[in-house]
Amino acid sequence: MKSNNAIVVNNIHKTFGKPGQASWWQGLFTHNKSNGSVNGKSSKQKGKKVLVTAVDHVSFEVREGEIFGVLGPNGSGKSTLIRLMATLLLPDEGHITVFGHDVVEDALQAQALINRVSVEASFFKKLSPMENLIYGARLYGMDGRRSRKLIVEILHRLGLEDRSIYRPMEEMSRGMQQKVAIARALLSRPRILLLDEPTTGLDPRSKREVQAVVRELQEEDGTTIILTTHDMAEADDLCDRVAIIDKGKIVSLDTPEGLKKLVPQMNGHAPTLEDVFMELTGRALKEDEDEAAPVGA
Amino acid sequence: MATAIQHQIRAGYGFMERNVNLVKRYWAWEIVWMVYSIANSLSVSYIGLGMEVIAGASANVDGRVLVLYLVIGTLVWRYLSIIFIWITELISIERWEGTIEYTLMAPIRRITHMTGQTVFAVLYSLLFTAVVLLVTVLLFEIDMSQANLFGGTVMLIAGSFSFIGISIMASVLPLIFPERGSQMTHIVIAVMLLVSGVYYPVSVLPVALQTLAVFSPATYVLDGVRLALLEGANTLVLWPQIWPLLIMGVVAVPLGLWVFNQAERYAKRAGKLARNG
Repeated sequence: MKSNNAIVVNNIHKTFGKPGQASWWQGLFTHNKSNGSVNGKSSKQKGKKVLVTAVDHVSFEVREGEIFGVLGPNGSGKSTLIRLMATLLLPDEGHITVFGHDVVEDALQAQALINRVSVEASFFKKLSPMENLIYGARLYGMDGRRSRKLIVEILHRLGLEDRSIYRPMEEMSRGMQQKVAIARALLSRPRILLLDEPTTGLDPRSKREVQAVVRELQEEDGTTIILTTHDMAEADDLCDRVAIIDKGKIVSLDTPEGLKKLVPQMNGHAPTLEDVFMELTGRALKEDEDEAAPVGA
Repeated sequence: MATAIQHQIRAGYGFMERNVNLVKRYWAWEIVWMVYSIANSLSVSYIGLGMEVIAGASANVDGRVLVLYLVIGTLVWRYLSIIFIWITELISIERWEGTIEYTLMAPIRRITHMTGQTVFAVLYSLLFTAVVLLVTVLLFEIDMSQANLFGGTVMLIAGSFSFIGISIMASVLPLIFPERGSQMTHIVIAVMLLVSGVYYPVSVLPVALQTLAVFSPATYVLDGVRLALLEGANTLVLWPQIWPLLIMGVVAVPLGLWVFNQAERYAKRAGKLARNG
């Protein structure tokens, strides 16, 4: 039977070295042979290296056309998980497949199906949205003339005016830059869109506009969306299913309604996703700021 | 298959187009860099005329020959070092702007990435060096009537390949050392400047440095260009300078790509691609 899974995350594990880690030259020529173990050993067995676990044997599946939320505090492993899916990190153990393509062994095929928007809208700041997006389009093999037309269409759809399209990015507000970042991701018509806290730091209006685009993408284009966020209301509103991740592990995974049934009614009001989060992780979202992040991050 | 090739060609062109756009947007910096380069080349070249005066008439120093010797050194070095800078900035420029993750997650082969950046680097360097050459020739009234310009160009092209390979290898430094990798690339260029005979014959160096000069492609390029332009040597006569460059190029380019792939895998394992890391 044909599976309709867009992404399959299977027992994925990722650790990062902290001070005391192995020298760079020791790591430089070490290969991940089978998308997992390092030279056949678990990372924790490598000498005296101090390791921090960012993602701890996580498994889940995302169905095609689904909006899948990943909730967690800072340092919980959300962004690491997104980077693993985006081929920007190699796992220590486990496999991730994107429509059947392994993100390590079959990276080019997987990359062609994915795009990503991160919390920081990263661009060549002296270049205009048009120049930045044309560069992005060419990386995905699109031709110039068609891309220019499409860029204008997408930016208009996101509410950018013509005069903003040809001015340097550095002259734009953060909200506008984030919209251009979303346009960059939409341009390649990805079947999977990885949204890593796309609305963090945006004003309420921009936040709503971005959320509307996410909804539209799912409904009109059938795009599969993985959304990481701190915003419980956003997750509740947008996501078909939500995974709550803490200290690199998934502590619960269900529909927002299903998750809310996990905790009893408190003080006479129906539980929210935030109540669920507090119950399952034992702390508030803004705590635990010490990120199990990449070295030097 | 054809679509995949077309995709890679478009992506390669994308890097060139992006760099052209960056040069246009940073036009003021380009003017500063050009003026600096011309002033630098002229000040080194005037040492030739200065030596004639310093040594005095009895020393029989031919200032014009010295000037041409130094002009060739500065121009060849300018050409090679600009290629080096653009290729080593492959990673550092994207790390600076924060776009590195978006470029490295795009479905393109690394050789496409390198080719786009390299073709731009060579074209930019040729244009830049030509402007410096024009100003220098006008100021010093250099007589190039006996020079073998074709031979000189052949030497530059032959030398480009090995320089490209070395530059690709050096470009991994910003990838594996996010904080200071970009500055580390200067070591490579500084050592080559020292040992390659840019401003003096390699024979004046201590034996240890002369040994290093054997492995620097710039040594052969400078020798060959000087033979072609100063002595008007026939292109066939330049073969002893050309073949070592071709061998270095055949080794250095694939080796550079291999080293880059290893470094990219390491960076992806260690999480070195993240913007702040």
